[in-house]
Amino acid sequence: MNRINQLFENKKNNILTVYFTAGFPELNDTLTILKSAEEAGADIVEIGMPFSDPLADGPTIQASGDKALENGMSIAKLFEQLKDMRKEISIPVLLMGYLNPVHRYGWDKFLQQCEYCGIDGLILPDLPIEEYKSDFKDKFEKIGLSNVFLITPQTPNERIRMIDELSTGFIYMVSSASTTGAKSGITEEQEAYFNRIAQMELKSPVQIGFGISDRGSFNRACEFADGAIIGSAFIKAIQKSGSIDVNVKNFISSIK
Amino acid sequence: MKQKKSKYLADNQGYYGEFGGAYIPEMLMHNVEELRENYEEIMESEEFKSEYKSLLKDYVGRPSPLYFAPRLSEQYKTNIYLKREDLNHTGSHKVNNTVGQILIAKKLGKKRIIAETGAGQHGVATATVCALMGLECVVYMGALDISRQAPNVARMKMLGAEVKAATCGNQTLKDATNEAIRDWINNPEDTFYIIGSVVGPHPYPNMVARLQSVISEEMKVQLEEKTGKQNPDYVVACVGGGSNAAGAFYHFLDDEDVKLVAVEAAGLGNETGESAATTVLGETGYIHGSKTLLMQSDDGQITEPYSISAGLDYPGVGPIHANLFTSSRGLFKSATDEEALSAAFELTSLEGIIPALESAHALAALKKIDFKPEDVVVVNLSGRGDKDMETYINVMEKD
Repeated sequence: MNRINQLFENKKNNILTVYFTAGFPELNDTLTILKSAEEAGADIVEIGMPFSDPLADGPTIQASGDKALENGMSIAKLFEQLKDMRKEISIPVLLMGYLNPVHRYGWDKFLQQCEYCGIDGLILPDLPIEEYKSDFKDKFEKIGLSNVFLITPQTPNERIRMIDELSTGFIYMVSSASTTGAKSGITEEQEAYFNRIAQMELKSPVQIGFGISDRGSFNRACEFADGAIIGSAFIKAIQKSGSIDVNVKNFISSIK
Repeated sequence: MKQKKSKYLADNQGYYGEFGGAYIPEMLMHNVEELRENYEEIMESEEFKSEYKSLLKDYVGRPSPLYFAPRLSEQYKTNIYLKREDLNHTGSHKVNNTVGQILIAKKLGKKRIIAETGAGQHGVATATVCALMGLECVVYMGALDISRQAPNVARMKMLGAEVKAATCGNQTLKDATNEAIRDWINNPEDTFYIIGSVVGPHPYPNMVARLQSVISEEMKVQLEEKTGKQNPDYVVACVGGGSNAAGAFYHFLDDEDVKLVAVEAAGLGNETGESAATTVLGETGYIHGSKTLLMQSDDGQITEPYSISAGLDYPGVGPIHANLFTSSRGLFKSATDEEALSAAFELTSLEGIIPALESAHALAALKKIDFKPEDVVVVNLSGRGDKDMETYINVMEKD
């Protein structure tokens, strides 16, 4: 059983996932942030692989990606940083990014490196479901890698059912029609959508992301789902002046 | 305008060979699917066909003339015809597409239109049809392009559009496209995205190519009148994203005796890297929802192209052209800034027509092909040079 399934087996609610961009604020901060996040009690970490044209992301994550690229971050560099990660990190770690850099790096090499470093899942928003099924599903499953699919308020129920069938880790429920960090707080309309999904009784765990920024919105989201994902607000917190370790821990303790 | 069957056009999933498809995040799926499910039925309806046809005729001024250029022909010792898309309302071929897409948007009940623009030609063509239909219009434009293209920014504003600056990245067309897509993600119900070229996720490349195919449809009729044959020996067009070339090639794709010449912008020269010649410098990858050839770093980051012509300054190329290139159906050439400028002045002095810088790249390719005296060559003159006068004035001042 991979670490994601184990986690959801043992912990049924209030699962906190934090997202940050690899190589930000400084090139070699990746592992520091990972360690601090685990020590502070984050349940899952998503590491963003920076891309020049991140279509689904709002200004905060875009800017962190631009800075990371300027710092010299790349997929090759990231795997180098993560090669001994599993000596120190035991929580699930996912990589999130866009197709083009992965394609360019080479899929076979990419999957080998994921296995070598102990990556548990991938979130590639522009990978079409059909292509995942035909080209990647078997390869992912062979190395115990979960592909995490997104659903939005506009995703039809039958498509959600199909995604649920295909999911081996969790479903990433995008809280509203938006890019990352664009909206904050949870409206009544969103609650109706959260309720609709909760009532579908999906087999996969569900985590809510986009617009979750503090304890209030985290707790509210956790009333409807197994957990929630914080990205832009976490990135803003770690770029504050002072020790990264302290910034990470202060932020995570403000949520939990 | 039923979909033609051709191995060079999109299949049902929007693939041209290995290129095309829809590589989009779930947040865009609803909008793109809604369009994919409806566009063919709308485009094939009698209502759409008659509205589109009558707007092209009475509003755009079609058919655009096919002009035999006698002095240019003499210069190149062959028979050169110019397809005069520069004479369309708003000054380029872009309006063929925006007229069609606005009718589709209306049919889908959309209230708000967004678009991206580089030099401003597509932005103006979109703002124009929005004024015509009384729809709200937001145009995304790179902050750098806004400062470079003041007259077109003013035209869009006068037409009632809101011009929003894309301030990320290098602040040019690629970044404007990213911002337009983000706007669409944030507005999944009432907004329609009018893409200006044969790029983006399926069904855009196919839809835009079909709307531009009127160019080659007219060419066939006009050539028959003038030469007695529907097919020329060559069709020459410039390619950035590639919408005017797609339209000019469309009805000749399966006529393999017609050589299709696509001319990319080589900027300061392909060897300098300061170029926008995607088929020369690009590799397969994914940009703006489509699998195609694109300029990128070894790490898969999309790089900024360079060309003097803002309309050709795009790091990708439409999937239809990526396939024409790899299948060798298309003959790909590139022209530098300098070659394009010289071709623009040549056309102006020989025929009294000032071309857009983009179209000047197509003209520059005339020097790179050995024509026979009996050949019939059609150059798609995609736009007029009014918007480029500042560049042309600078050249004249230097000489």
